[in-house]
Amino acid sequence: MEGVDASSIGIWGVPLAVLGGAIRISTPFLFVSLGECITEKSGRVNLGLEGTLVMGAMSGYGVSYLTGSAWLGVLAASAIGALLGALHGFLCGRPRVNDIAVGIALMLFGIGLAFFLGKPLIQPSAPRLPSIPFGFFSDSPQVRSALEVNVLFLVGLALAPALRWALANTRSGMVLRVVGEGAEAARAMGYDVLQVRLLATVVGGALAGIGGSFLSLFYPGSWNEGLSSGQGLMAVALVIFARWDPVRCLYASLLFGGASALGPALQSVGVTSGYYLFNAAPYALTLLIMVLSSSATEASADMPAELSVSR
Amino acid sequence: MAQRAYESPFARRITLRLVLGAIALMAGIGCNKKTEPAAASTASGETAAAAPADDGKLTVGFIYVGPKDDYGYNQAHAEGAKVVATLPNLKIREEEKVPEDVAVQNTMESMINLDGAKLLFPTSFGYFDPHILKMAEKYPNVTFFHCGGLYTEGKHPKNVGSYFGYIDEAEYVSGIVAGLTTKTNKLGFVAAKPIPQVLRNINAYALGAKSVNPKATLSVIFTGDWSLPVKEAEAANSLIDQGADVITGHVDSPKVLMETAERRNAFTTGYHASQAKLAPKGYLTGAEWNWEAVYKGYIDTVQNKKPIEHLVRGGFKEGYIKMSAYGPAVSEEAKKKADEAKAALTAGTLVIFKGPIQDNAGKEVIPAGTERGQRDIELEKMAYLVEGVKGSVK
Repeated sequence: MEGVDASSIGIWGVPLAVLGGAIRISTPFLFVSLGECITEKSGRVNLGLEGTLVMGAMSGYGVSYLTGSAWLGVLAASAIGALLGALHGFLCGRPRVNDIAVGIALMLFGIGLAFFLGKPLIQPSAPRLPSIPFGFFSDSPQVRSALEVNVLFLVGLALAPALRWALANTRSGMVLRVVGEGAEAARAMGYDVLQVRLLATVVGGALAGIGGSFLSLFYPGSWNEGLSSGQGLMAVALVIFARWDPVRCLYASLLFGGASALGPALQSVGVTSGYYLFNAAPYALTLLIMVLSSSATEASADMPAELSVSR
Repeated sequence: MAQRAYESPFARRITLRLVLGAIALMAGIGCNKKTEPAAASTASGETAAAAPADDGKLTVGFIYVGPKDDYGYNQAHAEGAKVVATLPNLKIREEEKVPEDVAVQNTMESMINLDGAKLLFPTSFGYFDPHILKMAEKYPNVTFFHCGGLYTEGKHPKNVGSYFGYIDEAEYVSGIVAGLTTKTNKLGFVAAKPIPQVLRNINAYALGAKSVNPKATLSVIFTGDWSLPVKEAEAANSLIDQGADVITGHVDSPKVLMETAERRNAFTTGYHASQAKLAPKGYLTGAEWNWEAVYKGYIDTVQNKKPIEHLVRGGFKEGYIKMSAYGPAVSEEAKKKADEAKAALTAGTLVIFKGPIQDNAGKEVIPAGTERGQRDIELEKMAYLVEGVKGSVK
């Protein structure tokens, strides 16, 4: 890179892009991982959230296009997400149904259905969600662009600590944890385990749907079939990475979003060799932290005990 | 677990079926979506494989790897098919979103056996080997034309042809418009992968820009794959943050690039098809395919039983590529220079890759006095970025 001129911010573009990326890219990860966190706390895994995310993106975009209101789109996306969550919860409530298998089926189902119904939505342009210009203090268009923050991100930001608090301190949080830690105990206490899990999956699905609407209604901000490219699945993995803690889900999502912006940002300032490696940064980072935080001798104490694949 | 103790084996079987059913349903929806039902012609399907369809019309099948209104590669092909559909004595069948695996063989077979197709255009690059080659051997009476220019004389079946367009000519002209429009002298190019076809477009774009604006530089970001909307948006944002004020790209669908740049008030030039609608303010022009010219030629060949031309390539002169209409931000001077270059490329008097050309590490890649014309096979092995391009192919 030669000298920094008026229109360019040179190497400062990299931290700025990472910050902007952390804000822009992290939101879908955040919502899906918070949703999955709630579901998994109840002792059930919903791998179908990738499908929910894509369905949320498609239905949010469609409703926004038809009604002219992006917020109605978000609402529709969460409703569709809740519906898909209910389907997962219902199927898994049947005796001897494996939640992993149902999740994979629902993931493929959601993606296929979204592509099918979303066919006429590729060309039209729907109203997008508004953003709040937190960069108003700066004259630099780069800073202002990086700090265009969407309300959904702020909602997610507030939701994570609220969820952590609720899980620890409220009655419903306790019921959720009891069901996730020991179904027998919960049943002995008079709670309907299946009902709780169904609800947890519904809420998880609704959050994932909202995450999808962010993709199509804010960033990148249009519907097309490659929109998610696996972000829903990564977010499910992030929950394990975050050891089932909503606040750590937030950190993990921010980290992942920032790392995703690293590859393009470095190339734009002229660090061009090894971009495949930089593009893989989020995954490499996840692997690294997983390895560092793993233990050979004991299972993770944070893992809900009912989350066993052997069921 | 206790709650599972009283279940019946029947319930288990039923749920298993539910799951399998869901998977099968998805497979049906996601992969084999026909835009026009094949069932309509099944009545004549039994004999169709051997004889032409009942009404004497030639049935032509088009197969796309993605949605046909993607503002990109597939839309360019579908636009050509739409023109073909208006020709007399002919009907078309289309199928979208056919993966580059055994699924495309099934699609081809069903078009041949059920629809009576005699001529197929499987448009995606990855359809050729082994899928088209296998089908061509199995159905010697059907003609297959593939987009990509992969045909090898003597090695591949006689009923196969391959075509491609020298779209770098249109990229060169786009580069001229970009070079004369930029205020920062910085252009941005978002590309999927550093393969020769992509590099040739990048280099032609840079050379076009430099031909009118020696100060112009082109920064390239490789995203790593053909369709990664989030990464493409990030790449466009990063380039704009670094001062680039004209954005273009070579990915499957440049939709996100155009939309992101428009929101950031940057200019854009398009690729594959016209994206003018997506960026009404900033869209300058774009390099578009014009496949109808190729398709019409091929259909004439088949309808009049002429010998098949196995390898068809062309640029402006043959009408295989075209430019998008100029957008509102293009100056008269830029229009003039671009039109001149287009005329010279059409006439064959302008050679894009003409020495001396250095790569961006300072190594001479085309020596002075050497002209690499469009048909020069060396250009198809391109593995460098020319001087003035910021980026790396490694």
